[in-house]
Amino acid sequence: MRIGIPSALFYYVYFPMWKVFFEELGVQVITTGKTTRRMLDSGVREALADACVPIKVFFGHALALKGKVDFLFIPRIVCLNKKTVYCPKFLGLPDMIRHGLADMPPVIDVRIDNRDRKNGIFSAYYAVGKMLNASPLNIIRAYLKARLTQLKFQRVLNSGLQPLEAMDVIFKGKKYQSVKQPGQLTFALVGYPYAIHDPYISVGVVEKLRQMSVQVLTPDNVPPGKLNWQKHGSGKRMFWTFSERTLRAAAYFARRSGVDGIIHLTAFGCGPDSIVDRFIRFNNKNGGNIPFMSLTIDEHSGEAGIGTRLEAFVDMVKRKKRGDR
Amino acid sequence: MRKVTFPHMGESYRTFKMLLNDLGNEVILPPRPSRRTLNLGVQNTPEFACFPLKILMGTYLETIEMGANVIVTSGGVGPCRAGLYAELHKKILHDLGHPVEMIVFEPPRLYPFNFIRNVYKLNPCRLSIKAIIECIKRAWRKLQALDNVEKATHIIRPRELKPGATTKTYKKVLEWIDKAYTTREIIDAETAALIELDNIPRDPERLVLKVGIVGEIYVLLEPASNLEIEETLGNLGVEVERSMFLTGWTRDNTWKETVEGLTVKDAAKPYLPELIGGHGRDSIGNTILYSKRNFDGVIQLAPFTCIPEIVARTILTSVSRDYNIPVLTFFLDEQTGKAGMTTRLEAFVDLLRRKKLQAPDNKLLTASTF
Repeated sequence: MRIGIPSALFYYVYFPMWKVFFEELGVQVITTGKTTRRMLDSGVREALADACVPIKVFFGHALALKGKVDFLFIPRIVCLNKKTVYCPKFLGLPDMIRHGLADMPPVIDVRIDNRDRKNGIFSAYYAVGKMLNASPLNIIRAYLKARLTQLKFQRVLNSGLQPLEAMDVIFKGKKYQSVKQPGQLTFALVGYPYAIHDPYISVGVVEKLRQMSVQVLTPDNVPPGKLNWQKHGSGKRMFWTFSERTLRAAAYFARRSGVDGIIHLTAFGCGPDSIVDRFIRFNNKNGGNIPFMSLTIDEHSGEAGIGTRLEAFVDMVKRKKRGDR
Repeated sequence: MRKVTFPHMGESYRTFKMLLNDLGNEVILPPRPSRRTLNLGVQNTPEFACFPLKILMGTYLETIEMGANVIVTSGGVGPCRAGLYAELHKKILHDLGHPVEMIVFEPPRLYPFNFIRNVYKLNPCRLSIKAIIECIKRAWRKLQALDNVEKATHIIRPRELKPGATTKTYKKVLEWIDKAYTTREIIDAETAALIELDNIPRDPERLVLKVGIVGEIYVLLEPASNLEIEETLGNLGVEVERSMFLTGWTRDNTWKETVEGLTVKDAAKPYLPELIGGHGRDSIGNTILYSKRNFDGVIQLAPFTCIPEIVARTILTSVSRDYNIPVLTFFLDEQTGKAGMTTRLEAFVDLLRRKKLQAPDNKLLTASTF
C-alpha cells in the first residue's frame, strides 16, 4: 500500500514522525520532493486566487500525487499544545483537497486536538493505524519509534541545521558541518516553517543569505521549550500556533546576543501575518531596536528582486555594525 | 469627561446609542463609513489586514477627532483574527498618540467576569443590576425591530413599482424607531414601520429571483462596506435573504446556540466538520440550506485575505456542483468599485433569470415576465 504525503506545509515540521510511523506499519510513503515550477503552476490553477502561496503549493503537491498513491495523508491538526490552534486553512485543509480538487485519491484525515482526550495525538495515530489494519501492538511500537525519531529530528534542528538538512541527516546519514567564521553576521529568519524552508516559495532566502556569508537561524533551531518561555508582548494570546511561535521567536532573537538582524518572511495575503508583522514591529520599537525587515513573497517573486533587497539589508547591517565599533 | 464610541455596523448604532445613553455615558456617534474613513483606516493599518479592521480603524480615528476617548468593541477567541483586532487597534491608536481606553467584550459564556467588569465600567450612573437588565432588554427589542424592518425591505424592494420608493420609506421609518424609547413605543414604531413599508405599491406579477447572501459578518452587516449590495440587488428585482443579522449572531455567541445555528452547523458537516473561525462553516451550511429552500443563487461576501472564507470558497465549488446552486463570491477591499460590482451582479442575475426560465416547471412564468 502506498500513502502519499505532500511535501508542503506540515511536512517541514512533522514529516520524520509520519514517515517512521507509516514505514513501521509496512506502508510505503511517497512524497513529492522539492517544489517545482510545474507544481506551483498546477496549484495556482486549481487553488483559489486569494489563497496564500503555501496553500497553492500544497495543492500543487497534492495534484502531483494523483494516481500515484492509494491514500493521501492530510491530518486535520487543530491543536497540539492545549492552548493555540492552527491557522484556519489547516483546519479546513483535508476538506479543501477533498472538495476543491477532482478525482483525488481518498484522503486519510484524522482530527488531532490535544484539548480533549478523545482526539489526542496518540489516539489520532492509533486511529490511523486501525484504518491501515495494523495490530494494536504494532501501532504502539510504530508510534513510540516515530516519537523518538521526532525527538532526534528536534535535536538535529537545535544544532543549527534547517529541517530539510536535518531530514537528510536522519534518513540519509548525510553530514553537515556548520562553520562559523569570526566576524560573520548572524540573521534570524522568522516566519512559518513551510514558507521559510521551501526553497522554491522563499526564492532560496536561506541559501542566498548563506552565500553572503550570513549565518541563518530560524525558529526551528530554538528548542520549543525555550520558545514557550518568551514573552511576546501582544497583550492577548495569539490564536495560531505558528504565529505565536513566530512572535515569540522574534522576541527571543531580538533579546539574544549575537543576532544582527531579523527578517520576517511572510506570504502575500497571509491573514495572521498582517497582525504578527505589526506586533513584531511594535515590540521592536519598544525595546531591542535590532535591524528588522519584512519580506513578502508570492508566486511571482523574482530571484533578482529578493536578492537585491537582501543585499541592501546585509549592507545596512554591516555598516551599522562597523559604525558601532 | 468620558466620551464613548463604538464601531459602526449597519443601523445597529441606533440601539447602542440608546443603551449607552441609558447607562449614563456621553456617546459620540460613529459616522457612516465614507471614502475618508477608508483612507484614514488604510493609512494606519497593516496592508493585508482585512477590510473590517481598516474601516474600524478609520471610524475610530474619525470619532477620536470628534472627542471620543473610550471605545467599546467586541473581542473573540479565534481562530478568526478579528479576535485580535481590538488589541491591534489599541496598539496602533496608542502609537499614533491617542490614549484611548478600549473596552473589549469577550464572549460572556467563556469570560463572565470580563463581561461584568465591562458593564461596570460603562455604568457611570451606577444603575442597579435590575435596571441594567431592563435597559439591555429594551435595547435588544430595538435591535430586533431594526432587523425585522430591514428584512421587510429585502422582500418589498424587488417588487416596488416606483424605483427607490422602498429605500426612501425605509429611511423615514428608521427615524421612527430611533425616536422610540420605551418597549411599548418600540413595538408601536416597529408595527407602524412595517405597515408603512407594506403600503408601498408593488407589482405582484413580477418574476422575482431569490438570492441568499452568506459570508463574513461585518461586510454583511455594514452596507457601506459591501457597497449596498442588498439595495443594488433589490433594484435588479432580486429578493435577498441575508444569512446573518446582529440579533441572531449575538444569540448564537453570547449565551447558547440557537436551533438555526445548529441546523447550519449540521448542514455543513459533510463538507466541513470543523469550526474554522469567522463564518466559513456558516457560509457553507447556509448555502446548502438556501439550495434546499429552492433559492436561485447565493452570493458570498468576504473581506480580502479572509482565510475562513477562502477555505469556504474552495469547498463551495463542490457544494455548488452537488446542489446545483450558482454561487458568486466577492472579495471586498478598499479597491472594490461599485460599478464593477454592479456589472458582475447584473450578469449574475441575468444568468439566474435565464436558468429559472429554462427550468422545465417554469414554462408558464415566461409569458408574464416579458
